[in-house]
Amino acid sequence: MQIIESSKTYDVAIVGSGAGGGMATKILSEAGFDVAVLEAGPFFDPREDQYRNQFRWPYESPRRGASSDRRSFGDFDAAYGGWNIAGEPFTKHEGTDFWWFRSRMLGGRTNHWGRISLRFGPLDFKRKSVDGLGDNWPIGYDEVKPYYDKVDKLIGVFGSRENITNEPDGFFLPPPKPRLHELYYIKGARKAGIPVIPSRLSILTKRINHERGVCFYCAQCGRACQWYADFSSGTCLILPAQRNGGKVQIFTEAMVSEVTTDAEGKATGVTYINKLNKKTCHLKAKVVVLAASACSTARIMLNSKSSVHQDGLGNSSGLVGRYLHDSTGADRAVFIPELMNRKIYNEDGVGGMHVYTPWWLNGAKLDFPRGYHIEVWGGMGMPGYGFGFNPNDLNKITGGDTGGYGDSLREDVKKYYGSVIGISGRGESVPQRDNYCEIDNEVVDQWGIPVLKFHYKWTDYEVKQAKHMQDTFEEVLSATGGTLLGEKPGKDRNYGLTAPGQIIHEVGTTRMGNDAKDSVTNQYNQLHDCENVFVMDAGPFVSQADKNPTWTILALAWRASDYLIDQVKKRNI
Amino acid sequence: MDRRDSLKSLLVGSVAGGLLVTGCTPDAPDTPKPAENPGLPGYGRTELEKEHDRKVLAEVFLNEHELETIAVLCDLILPATAMTGGALEAEVPAFIEFIVKDMPQHQLPVRGGLAWLDNHSLKQYKREFKKLEIAQQKAVCDQIAYPGKTKADMMPGEKLFTRMRNLTLTGYYTSKIGIEDLGYMGNIANNWDGVPQQVLDEHKLAYEPEWLAKCVDLNARNTVAEWDDEGNLLNK
Repeated sequence: MQIIESSKTYDVAIVGSGAGGGMATKILSEAGFDVAVLEAGPFFDPREDQYRNQFRWPYESPRRGASSDRRSFGDFDAAYGGWNIAGEPFTKHEGTDFWWFRSRMLGGRTNHWGRISLRFGPLDFKRKSVDGLGDNWPIGYDEVKPYYDKVDKLIGVFGSRENITNEPDGFFLPPPKPRLHELYYIKGARKAGIPVIPSRLSILTKRINHERGVCFYCAQCGRACQWYADFSSGTCLILPAQRNGGKVQIFTEAMVSEVTTDAEGKATGVTYINKLNKKTCHLKAKVVVLAASACSTARIMLNSKSSVHQDGLGNSSGLVGRYLHDSTGADRAVFIPELMNRKIYNEDGVGGMHVYTPWWLNGAKLDFPRGYHIEVWGGMGMPGYGFGFNPNDLNKITGGDTGGYGDSLREDVKKYYGSVIGISGRGESVPQRDNYCEIDNEVVDQWGIPVLKFHYKWTDYEVKQAKHMQDTFEEVLSATGGTLLGEKPGKDRNYGLTAPGQIIHEVGTTRMGNDAKDSVTNQYNQLHDCENVFVMDAGPFVSQADKNPTWTILALAWRASDYLIDQVKKRNI
Repeated sequence: MDRRDSLKSLLVGSVAGGLLVTGCTPDAPDTPKPAENPGLPGYGRTELEKEHDRKVLAEVFLNEHELETIAVLCDLILPATAMTGGALEAEVPAFIEFIVKDMPQHQLPVRGGLAWLDNHSLKQYKREFKKLEIAQQKAVCDQIAYPGKTKADMMPGEKLFTRMRNLTLTGYYTSKIGIEDLGYMGNIANNWDGVPQQVLDEHKLAYEPEWLAKCVDLNARNTVAEWDDEGNLLNK
């Protein structure tokens, strides 16, 4: 067995085709670089019918769209994989917990996310200055703003100009009108004195170019849009970069195991396993961009040991894998009697919420640091597996028997269809050095690559934040006039705080900073220890705000790509 | 065919090939047609998923007697009405046949629950459940269909019945007939332009004018967006 060498040396090898890898592909190929994109999963383009989930009916799936360990969010979700990837396990340190969502396919997890596209605000880059905890970023909002602006215009995001502190406005497309359940939420939020504004999602409510379609309100962004009216990295960055004549070679089913380096410690390319024929290959490249997702990138770096990089590539600080942190989460739901026996009309809307509540208590005296935003869900959606379970449990509230059989069940199902509204808090945790992933030397995946072991525990900060969420939920939902469902989770259940990893916003494993002893990359996502390797996923995040990370990944990847181009021009790399 | 015979043909079909065979349902042309592979609809599957589906479809778990009993329960839980087909017309037994194989957590509770149901029927009426008169079947159901009112020694029956009700309803409302009965109107290209005025009035709700002013004008959505340097949209 021998390693198969690539015949040519690429200007850049990009590992991963998600948000960061996609942006790097676009910017670097347009600058004339010869780019190789390595993706550990198969090709995916929702425009081709063989990949299409959009406009499928539940009965087109024999399990009616149910989730499985092959597709965690159900048969019709666009994202392959999820919490479990066959043959590619990970481990957890005893007494700690972490859920790791991976999606192996062109576009990566941008095929999955909820399209919530929030800018970090000025405070989000400097949280230590606010609460004394964690660390500040080496950059601030002003440095990233021009790139957020460019991302808005290139990819498209709807929203509204609100002029709220720490919730910067952008170049927005107009938002859709709220749906009925959202009007009930607005009513409750107004009564409770909590702000609510149009949501900010990367969905094209208005045309931004002639290559991509405009949203037609099927609510199925999560299934991937055939008309490219929502953002995903494959459809909006990588495939267009190729179509525009860029030198972009996509290697699918290419599982990167390590970055190779020369005697001086400079990267020479990447080693990968071709999953289809199980052959080990080496792809030569002058520059390597790691964008495999925060934890996968850390794994590749830690598995890339050499005489120069003895503890793994870029790990002289010992911080690769450290400061891993995810968003906090908690939920609650309410039953609204006025929403019983609704008049039925098509209210599918965009693929996600039309309204949300941004964090509103900056500067308030609270018993926990940082904040959260509130997302809203509900409505008369398309049935899938699980629809109709316990069809008349709400009779416990309105009166009448539960259970039963026969025609009355039809009435029950229709009576309660669309009568429940849910809300979810998504908040900022405080990064901890002791929350981390490392190589588990005792376990390898089916490709022979040592896997990650996770160590993660929430602190009191996150638990107290979840308590605050629950109190807020109770207040807002009570103000809608409905009846809250389920017991309010108490201290024994950590106030309903989700397990680490479950919100799928994990960041921080290769954090950026000015001091090479205390960070892994510089402020341009470039490794302190290896000048021709960049990390362009969420690994370099110093802290993750209560905002979803994708928009910031995109902005920073663009900024880092511009820097990379400049450094190559100046012959510094 | 009488109801019981049609039931049987439904089930034999599903057991034999994992196919959705229609009995007396008149509108067979409307049932979804598997794209390439019989029993394997084309719905954006990965190779791993195709392999899994193929394997599950080829498996046999529930036997003919169990499936016939399930069909009787489905028909009791969601019978046809004058207006629309019931669980049988929606081929819910075939769905349950599949899902019990696909989700092994259902297997023991369903198998054991059905056996309990027969044991109980034999004790009470000297015949297995599916062969009871409809009035007798309903008398059994009345003892196990109302959580909170079930006698302690009938709890295994309640557990089975609750599971069967859930699977029947979910199978039905995810079928073409069930979706039509529910009245769900989406899953098509649409123009969302807000809650109908009549509905707003019924709920005594109104859009705030300032909010509405921010929202999309559907007539202008095909014009390419342009902004000034501040980010103000110039052509909403």
